[in-house]
Amino acid sequence: MTTLLRVGRDAHIIAWRNLLNLRRTPGTLLTSTAQPIMFVLLLAYVFGGSLGGDAYREFLMGGIFAQTMAFNAAFTTIGFANDLQRGFVDRLRALPMSRVAVIIGRTTSDLSASMVSLVVTSLCGLAVGWRIRGSALDAVLAYLLILLFAFAMSWVGAWIGLIAPSVEVAMSAGLIWLFPVTFISSGFVSVSAMPSGLSAIAEWNPITAVAGATRTLFGNPTPANLPQPVGWPAEHAALYTVLCSVAIIAVFLPLAAARYRRVATR
Amino acid sequence: MNNERPPRRPVDNDDNTNQDTRKSGEPLLRIQSLCKSFGDTRAVDGVDLSLPRGSVFGLLGPNGAGKTTIVRMLATLLRPDSGRITVGGHDTATEPEAVRRSIGLSGQFASVDEKLTGAENLYLVGRLYGMSRRTARSRAAEMLGRFRLTEAADRRAQHYSGGMRRRLDLAGALLARPELVVLDEPTTGLDPRSRMDTWEIIGELVAEGATVLLTTQYLEEADRLAGRIAVLSAGRIVERGTPDQLKARTGGQRLDVTVPSEELEVTAGILGALAQSTPAVDPVNRRVEVAVPHGRSAMTEALRRFAEAGIEPLDMALRRATLDDVFLALTEEPSPEPDRAGELTP
Repeated sequence: MTTLLRVGRDAHIIAWRNLLNLRRTPGTLLTSTAQPIMFVLLLAYVFGGSLGGDAYREFLMGGIFAQTMAFNAAFTTIGFANDLQRGFVDRLRALPMSRVAVIIGRTTSDLSASMVSLVVTSLCGLAVGWRIRGSALDAVLAYLLILLFAFAMSWVGAWIGLIAPSVEVAMSAGLIWLFPVTFISSGFVSVSAMPSGLSAIAEWNPITAVAGATRTLFGNPTPANLPQPVGWPAEHAALYTVLCSVAIIAVFLPLAAARYRRVATR
Repeated sequence: MNNERPPRRPVDNDDNTNQDTRKSGEPLLRIQSLCKSFGDTRAVDGVDLSLPRGSVFGLLGPNGAGKTTIVRMLATLLRPDSGRITVGGHDTATEPEAVRRSIGLSGQFASVDEKLTGAENLYLVGRLYGMSRRTARSRAAEMLGRFRLTEAADRRAQHYSGGMRRRLDLAGALLARPELVVLDEPTTGLDPRSRMDTWEIIGELVAEGATVLLTTQYLEEADRLAGRIAVLSAGRIVERGTPDQLKARTGGQRLDVTVPSEELEVTAGILGALAQSTPAVDPVNRRVEVAVPHGRSAMTEALRRFAEAGIEPLDMALRRATLDDVFLALTEEPSPEPDRAGELTP
């Protein structure tokens, strides 16, 4: 119990430091704000026209939310790579503090970047015709679900940031894996139109679940011209999202923590 | 450092006293047969050290001698291949947490956070040492005052000069009153003024009775601050002792002669024959320098031979070997180059 308390306390202090850093280098938030704007506009108007117009744009937003949150994993990756390069991690490692707290502090403070992205994405969505059509409670649940997923993805980002040998590598490696992960899903198109192997992956991809769950909770239907989603993950999208998020954290928390312990020996 | 803390409760005080007496005979830091390789390079190759409480030890060596590798292993940032390090009886391998609690580290790689102010940087460190908000805040203010940073307390560290940054880092290392202060090249990269400032602060620390392990590539620094010195070369300790012992052991005295340019060569020949060693010739300053075992007789003899050869020295002096001489003698490559003469003279 005292260990847990101490982890929480130390993580809180680290998060405080990260947020101060974030507030004093507002440029780092540029990606988190520009990216959702770009994706909404590109997909809504480049793809939107041929995929169903207004109905598609409303459908699209669930995918954009999921994608934006996934991409914020790169934010964690770059944050860690920077701290490593500047020697800040070494300073922390020489202090008598909880080690996992350094990573928890980072993943929680990075949630703030995700919140900024979420607000920007929502505003963009409203501008292209997306609306919250469900109840207020459902909408709150949808946002919480999205943030839970963002938090989980942040752990993957932390691990990548800790294994990347330099900031430069972290920058490209931190982003590149996100493209297949977010696009092989029902985020922007229907899964059933994909080749069979790919559609199986897409069906079980957590991005599909996040997109599906938020669509349901926000009351955004799949347009009539797209095949309706089927399968267990699609039918239990919210539950599956929670399960996936927990599983991702359960896998990547120990991985990142183990890596953190070894990281300065390179 | 500990004795400046007012006793909080009698019980605490007793505990501390008991602990101190119990441990006083034992060195605070003990390093035994420490080895570390990176690939084929043996960065640290069988180093033994022990550091009693209240002493200042200088680990002297050129770049790449293994100083920082030793510090990193001591600070639990790096695992030794073999050997053992204990701080206050705590083994870095089995009780890293206790070791981290006992040491304050400052230097090359322990950096300050540029985006935080001086006060925030120290507050952060204090909190991570487990201090309460209030203690961390007051302790930070106290250290800022002591390191002459009070005026800059609310400025971000990115706007600090190199010297201020180093002082802030030093303040962070001392914030929690650690038993052992580890300073890794505390003045590398500083301008002369900041270097003097840093020396002064370390000097105060030493006067207060802190136990300090200092690494440096500057001989002057080790000479000035450390009571005992070990010279590290290619991962091994090649010499150790007090600064005076080291100077006496290598070279003894130096004979330093300045002559007109055209007589440099003849002078070098005479001095070489006299001292039976290769003299260092500095053509720019028209100076010839040679190590001599017995200064006074060498001086008389040199004067006699100069008179015979018709040479009139512009200046002639006998001086004690500096640590530079010792250092270069000890860390010199096996193949001596006559050309390194110029480097010898400061």
